[in-house]
Amino acid sequence: MAQKTKELMALTGNEAAAYAMKQINPDVVAAYPITPQTELMQTFAQYVADGLVDTELVAVESEHSAMSACVGAAAGGARTMTATSSQGLALMWEVLYIASGLRLPIVMSVVNRALSAPINIHGDHSDSMGARDSGWIQLWSENAQEVYDNLIQAVRIAEEVFLPVMVNLDGFIISHGVEVVETLPDDTVKEFVGERKSPYRLLDIDHPITVGALDLQDYYMEHKRSQAEAMRTAMPTILKVGKEFEGIAGRNYEAVENYRLEDAELVVVALGSTCGTAKDAIDELREEGIEAGLLKIRVFRPFPWEEIKSALGSKKAVAVMDRAEGMSAVGGPLFHEIRSCLYDLTNRPLTVNYIYGLGGRDVAIEDIKKVFYDLVSIAKLGKVEDFYRYLGVRE
Amino acid sequence: MKLTDKSQGWKELPIGGIIPGGGTSRAYKTGTWRTGKKPVWHPERCIQCLSCWIYCPDDAIFITEDGKRADFNYEYCKGCGICARECPAKPEKAIEMVDELR
Ligand code: SF4
Ligand code: SF4
Repeated sequence: MAQKTKELMALTGNEAAAYAMKQINPDVVAAYPITPQTELMQTFAQYVADGLVDTELVAVESEHSAMSACVGAAAGGARTMTATSSQGLALMWEVLYIASGLRLPIVMSVVNRALSAPINIHGDHSDSMGARDSGWIQLWSENAQEVYDNLIQAVRIAEEVFLPVMVNLDGFIISHGVEVVETLPDDTVKEFVGERKSPYRLLDIDHPITVGALDLQDYYMEHKRSQAEAMRTAMPTILKVGKEFEGIAGRNYEAVENYRLEDAELVVVALGSTCGTAKDAIDELREEGIEAGLLKIRVFRPFPWEEIKSALGSKKAVAVMDRAEGMSAVGGPLFHEIRSCLYDLTNRPLTVNYIYGLGGRDVAIEDIKKVFYDLVSIAKLGKVEDFYRYLGVRE
Repeated sequence: MKLTDKSQGWKELPIGGIIPGGGTSRAYKTGTWRTGKKPVWHPERCIQCLSCWIYCPDDAIFITEDGKRADFNYEYCKGCGICARECPAKPEKAIEMVDELR
């Protein structure tokens, strides 16, 4: 039965993603199961089996094949979606670059999970962080509501800028936690995503094209330059789609979200579900008289350089939370990018990096409060003694 | 279609390395890849079996309207020698690989 009004539903993050996919009704979905993504595609496959969507669901033998099938379908002109996690994303690796290099607007949920070894099925960001140079737009979700909202917006963004988009959600914490999600009427979503329009389609036999031709020294660089331009100019489209979405849903989406940031002196920067924990920690710290605030990164690719600069410019001390160990020996990936964009400022805040929550290690309000207490000492001391730290590890 | 126009900047090229229009490999003269040897056809020895045409991994052998083998198309022949190896004509093959200096 068609959903006619906005409704509050109790959904896991995975179910919220599957429900968004049902309402998007993509032409092709090719996927392979992997924990913790499996439930997402299982839920969607049920919609296919029940005839509630028109999607051609391609059950493939690996994630490499899943993304390859998506590339073929998207090049053919189909609105194409998939989902994966961890090792599955790792197995897609070379095809991720093909999807973005061919400028195919594929939309993928990535249910973030740690990478082996040691083998672990729980949530951290090592999978998507590793794919940060693959040319995919990355949206990050704090909760199941944002998963639903981001996925619907992702279709529009991908198809307007001709880049694939991954929507990230923390494995288990978001994917398997049941939350109240406000869903939109079917028609509203259908109208919002519209029809996919493409200037090139492989299946348009009246206008034949070659896709994936050899591209050597004389052209490759021009094509990469134009791909980079798509990423460089994607932000206005992301913001425009966010505004339009606010019009239908009443929920606001920007590149970053500031939580009690305006008058904050000490700031935590984070991605994903930890932002929810940080908000509670900040509320408690404010009661204690500590001027704490949060900068939540929703759009990680393209990197919201200007937004971050203006949000952090006047702050005393900033802790950047990395739920992935970059193995650079000098801190995590988010830290490096945040620090780099602060370099141009005359009054730079002191910065410190915390590697946390690896392999699903729990992050409690107390943990985030500890980070803020560290920031209090850093601000008092006026310098950072060791900028590369671990939170919640046994010494 | 001219594929070697290197004056185009990145803003002018179609996105994603896509090449609009079909049959573009015709415009890409790959015969320049040939190094060292090239096949030479001896029509007087040829029995018109068309094996060379079947085996050629490119499209480097002309066929006439009435389906007869004609000469090589050196604009695409890469000199791999497969045609010469497969040619069944006896006592001498109808294809000979000869030195080619460029
Ligand atoms: S040498 Fe190779 S490419 Fe040239 S005609 Fe013979 S088989 Fe074809
Ligand atoms: S394989 Fe030899 S005999 Fe047969 S058509 Fe070609 S050149 Fe003639």
